[in-house]
Formats: sequence, C-alpha cells, structure tokens
Amino acid sequence: MTVSQVSFGSHEPVLDVKNLTVKYIGDTRSTTAVDRVSFSIGTGEVFGLAGESGCGKSTIANSIMRLLKDPAKIAAGSISFGGKDVLAMSPEELRRFRWQDVAMVFQSAMNSLNPVLTIGEQIVDIFTTHAGYSRKESLRRAGQLLELVRIDPARLKSYPHQLSGGMRQRAVIAMAVALKPSLLILDEPTTALDVVVQQEIMAQIKELQRELGFSVLFITHDMSLMVELSHRMAVMYGGRIVETAKAQDVYANPRHPYTQALMGAFPPLTGPRVPLTGLPDGVKFRNIPDLTEAAPGHFVAPFGADAEAAVLEGAAR
Amino acid sequence: MSHAVLSSQRPSADTEATALEVRGLGKSFAIGGLFSRESVRALHGVDLTIGRGEIVALVGESGSGKSTLARCVARLERPSSGEILLDGVDVLKRDRFQASRAFRSQLQMVFQDPFGSLNPAHRVEHFLRRSLVIHRKGGSSETETQQRLEELMTTVGLQADMLNSYPHELSGGQRQRVAIARALAVEPRVILADEPTSMLDVSVRIGVLNLMRKLRDEQGISMLYITHDLASARYLADRTAVMFAGELVEEGESLDLLASPAHPYTQLLVSAVPDPARAGSYDPVRRAELRQAVMASTSCAFDSDPNQACSAEEPVRHGVGDPENRHWVRCHLYRPQAGAGGHALATEPTDNKASA
Repeated sequence: MTVSQVSFGSHEPVLDVKNLTVKYIGDTRSTTAVDRVSFSIGTGEVFGLAGESGCGKSTIANSIMRLLKDPAKIAAGSISFGGKDVLAMSPEELRRFRWQDVAMVFQSAMNSLNPVLTIGEQIVDIFTTHAGYSRKESLRRAGQLLELVRIDPARLKSYPHQLSGGMRQRAVIAMAVALKPSLLILDEPTTALDVVVQQEIMAQIKELQRELGFSVLFITHDMSLMVELSHRMAVMYGGRIVETAKAQDVYANPRHPYTQALMGAFPPLTGPRVPLTGLPDGVKFRNIPDLTEAAPGHFVAPFGADAEAAVLEGAAR
Repeated sequence: MSHAVLSSQRPSADTEATALEVRGLGKSFAIGGLFSRESVRALHGVDLTIGRGEIVALVGESGSGKSTLARCVARLERPSSGEILLDGVDVLKRDRFQASRAFRSQLQMVFQDPFGSLNPAHRVEHFLRRSLVIHRKGGSSETETQQRLEELMTTVGLQADMLNSYPHELSGGQRQRVAIARALAVEPRVILADEPTSMLDVSVRIGVLNLMRKLRDEQGISMLYITHDLASARYLADRTAVMFAGELVEEGESLDLLASPAHPYTQLLVSAVPDPARAGSYDPVRRAELRQAVMASTSCAFDSDPNQACSAEEPVRHGVGDPENRHWVRCHLYRPQAGAGGHALATEPTDNKASA
C-alpha cells in the first residue's frame, strides 16, 4: 500500500497530488517551499494539512487552484483532479475548474467580500457568470444559499459591514459551495474568529459536507481543530510531509517528534498542570527522508536516533 | 516519563499584598459625529486585584473590553470613571493628565504584535538601551550598561550577540522575547501582556508562556495576561477573570474556574474550545440555551446563596464552592447593559429577525 492509496471515503480519489515540488526562484537563491509532497483525497473525505506558517501548506493550496504567481514555480510533480491534469489546463478550462470543481475559502475570507456591493449582488454574480442563470433565478438561489448557512435571506440586501465577522465568514462559505464543487479548500477558515463562532462554523461546515458530499482539504495550524474535523491528516514541516495517517491515529499516537511537539503546544483543559515545552528554539529537522509505513496506514518520515529528536521526544506531551 | 506538576500557588509568601488594584473602572467611547451624544460603554464597574507575584488572566471574546481594560490601566486611554491603584496609590489622582515616568517604570506593557511593536530601522540593542537610559537603570558606566543588556538578553532566552540584529532578522518568537526584555529593562512590578502569543507560531507559544512564568517565579513580577485562549490561561495564570460586554462575570482560581464554570457565558466559552477528546460534543440546542441564559436569564443557579440575595439591578457576586479558590460568579439575573460587547453573541446563532 502506498501513501496515495489510503483514503477514507471512496477509493476513487478526487484529488491526487504526486511528488509536488514548488520553488520560489529568486535572483540569487531559490527556496523550495514544497518538496516532493504526495497525497490524495477521496470522495467525501476531509483531509487535513497541519503545520506552522512557512511550512508550505498554503503554497500547496494555491498550486491546486493554479493561483501561484512569480516567483513561485511548480518545479516537478503532478496534480490530477478527477483524472484530469490540473497543471495542463488551458485558461478556459481553468475558469471552469475554479469555483465549479474546486472552491477555496481563504484565511481572512470575510475581508474578501466587496464592501460596496451587497451580499446578494455578490452571490448573484457567481450564478450569472459561472452558471448562466437568469437574475431572478440567481436571486432565488442566493436566498436558498444563505438559508443553508442559517443566515436570514433578508440579509441579501445587507452590505458586508452590516454583518458580524462570523456571518461574513459563513456567507463566504455559502458562496464557495454555491456551484456544488466536488472539492472545497479551507485555508485557516476560522483563525480570525472567536472560539464560540469558530465552533459553530466548523459544525456548519461538517453539516454541509455531510449534506452535499464534497471533499475537503482543510488547512490549519490548530491540531485540536484539525483532529476534530478531519478523517485523515498530514503534518508538514519545511515543505515536507513528516507524518500522515487517520486523524485519530495521529492524535492518539503521534510518532514524529515534530508532530509530538505540535500536539504538546496546546495545553489541555483538564487534568493537572504539567510543564510543556513546545519546540525548543533552534531545533531544526533537515533532509527529511521519504515516508515509511510505521503501522498500517500510518506513514512517518524516519527521524533516526539523533540527539535532537531524542530531546524532543522527551519534551513533548 | 514523570513530570513535576506546576505549582498552582505562587511562591511568594505575601499573598495578601496587592500590586495592582482596579476599582469600578469604566470607559465610554463617544460615537457618531462631533455633536453626537451617543457613546459606547466599553467597560463598566470593573473590579480586579492582582497580588504581588501573581499572574491573573483576563479572558473573553473580541470586543468584550479586555484590551480596553489593559489600555486604561496602562494609561494609554483615559478611563471615564474608577480608580487604578498601584501599590496602594491611586495613579489617576497622582499623575492626573498623563502617566509619569515613575508610573511607567512600575508598569510595562507587552503588545500582541511583535512585528509592529519594534521599529524596523533599529537594532535590538537600541530598544533595550533606550529603556535603560530613559529610566536610568543602566548603571553608572558603559560597562555596566553593556553588562545589563547582555543580562536582559540571557534572561529572556536570547543570545547576547542578537543585540546587533535588526527585528526582521528575528523570528516572531524571538521578537516577542525582545519586547519582553524591553519591558523588563525598567524593572517593572507589573507587566500587562495583551495577547502576547496569539501572533506567534504554535510551537513557540509555549516557550513565551514559560518565559513569563519564569519571570514571575524568579523576579516576582505580577502579570495581567490578556487572552482569548482559555487553555493557555489555565496553563499560565493563578487566577482567571472572565469578561463579557465590558464587565467581569466570573473569577476564580484558574483550575477551579475552568473545571466548574458557573456563569453561562464561561460555560459557553469552555464548551467551544476545540478538544479532540470530546469531538462531536457540539449541541446546537444546548448552545441556544446557553446564549439565552447569557443574554436574558430568568433564573439564577445561586438563588439560595445565604450571603448574597439575587438581584437583577445590582451585579451581585455569589461565592462558588470552596472559598479557598476565591471563585465568584456574577448573579445570572443581572443583564449586560447595552455596551460594546455581546452584540455578536446576541445576533450570531440563528439570525431569525429580518433586519435589512
């Protein structure tokens, strides 16, 4: 069994990323932001990508949407969506692929709404441009869409500033699922929100996902949130995947020292207060090898018996 | 693997001594045009005490007024009413118009954004040296100053040679350590830390919290730790106070407060913290009940309190559990007055009312 064959939903992968390598090419030096990353997402599966800022997780999302701009270059690898080669799509194909096949909710998505247009106008816009519905039909569907995320359809006439942050974020999520995409990419969808609102939005995404059956690529640095929502997850470090398995397995039994450090970075809400250490300053992993199967369906990059890793292992959790 | 359990009691013996006391603090902001008489009440009647060498966490959602409280206490904002006592002296009376240098040397602030709080044009040494010079804490000779600079860097866990670095050469965690070193340079008694870790990478957050604990343990500095992260409040703070709509609703020893939250708002916050151990525990019905209880409770769970009768008008404080934990909760009957906070909470859940 290889990494890309393990999936939670159907065995037919919606998205298949193989050996993706993305480089940021500068005048004097270039940086490899994503290094030989492979994963696949099955139909109706929620796949999580965890890691800290700069680990390459957003670069992967942008690669899938073909949103990378210079100086970023996809140096190697392939991305296929439903059997089609995403990297070979023509501009016209891309136009259909984006939003209709794959939709994305960005980190501060609630600020991506146009402040001078009403929510209604912005949703109607999606239907008229991408689906070719009449204005009246679009408006009807826009109302239904807001109801789907439990916002009163009367809010179609509201401007973004008249809604709270949570409502705006839900409106954006509604817009993302407007054309019933088969894959939804969520890049830190709740980081700017309060915990109470965050929990409600996550519950809503879960509900929508169950109802509409789309697959999700969920990107966050919050391990607790990730484990709650995802079926399967991968942990990234320095552009490499260091561990991937079922989310519950990663939570119950994190094997890579970096995963353990990430898990240990969140103090628990129950039990005695024990000292945590997080990742000590200056600890770095270099030349991370390819994943090997440590347990059935649980893939870990070998980290060897070097002193750093040992220190981390003792410190985490 | 065995771990020492972190002490929940602060080490210093003078538990009774108060470093900072806030009494009946209120703050209103005028809104609307020049001639408008409308105002938003951001803080109302806040009473909070921080003992010597004690870490108190102030938690609440955005807009609840926790940063306004910090800004008022740090005298970056002029409170509308109330008293701020530092070592028993009302600083609002002592230096009436603006904070004196003496006040600044007693109380320092660490801000949320270490990227914005350090001038990118200067080296690390500049920030620390400036604090030392202004507050005359650098000693009498250049050698002493240099020694003090290196000492500060070591205290916050940075290499002394980083004194020559520019902020952009440092990581977020390192920058926040510089900001803490800058606050330490004046040898303050109280540090107000406003979300000091929320902009940092997850793996270095714990390191900064541990540093704050170390400063308290070794130098006896009192801290007000402002955060929206209940888990980190529980990890770091001796006591936790919960703020809602500009008023405190519950306060107590951190472990006890988070184990048995008594106010519906605190219960709401605790239930919303993501925790894989209780995944799928989200219950919309229960959530709606809690919201209802927060906004318009018709009964109080402590109505049989023998010491304090319930009141819808007065913010009565009921004691919770063992008095040892200094855990109190505001009477559920008392409703939040129209203020800055609470709007999101009030309108968020189902949005039934048509308002266009």
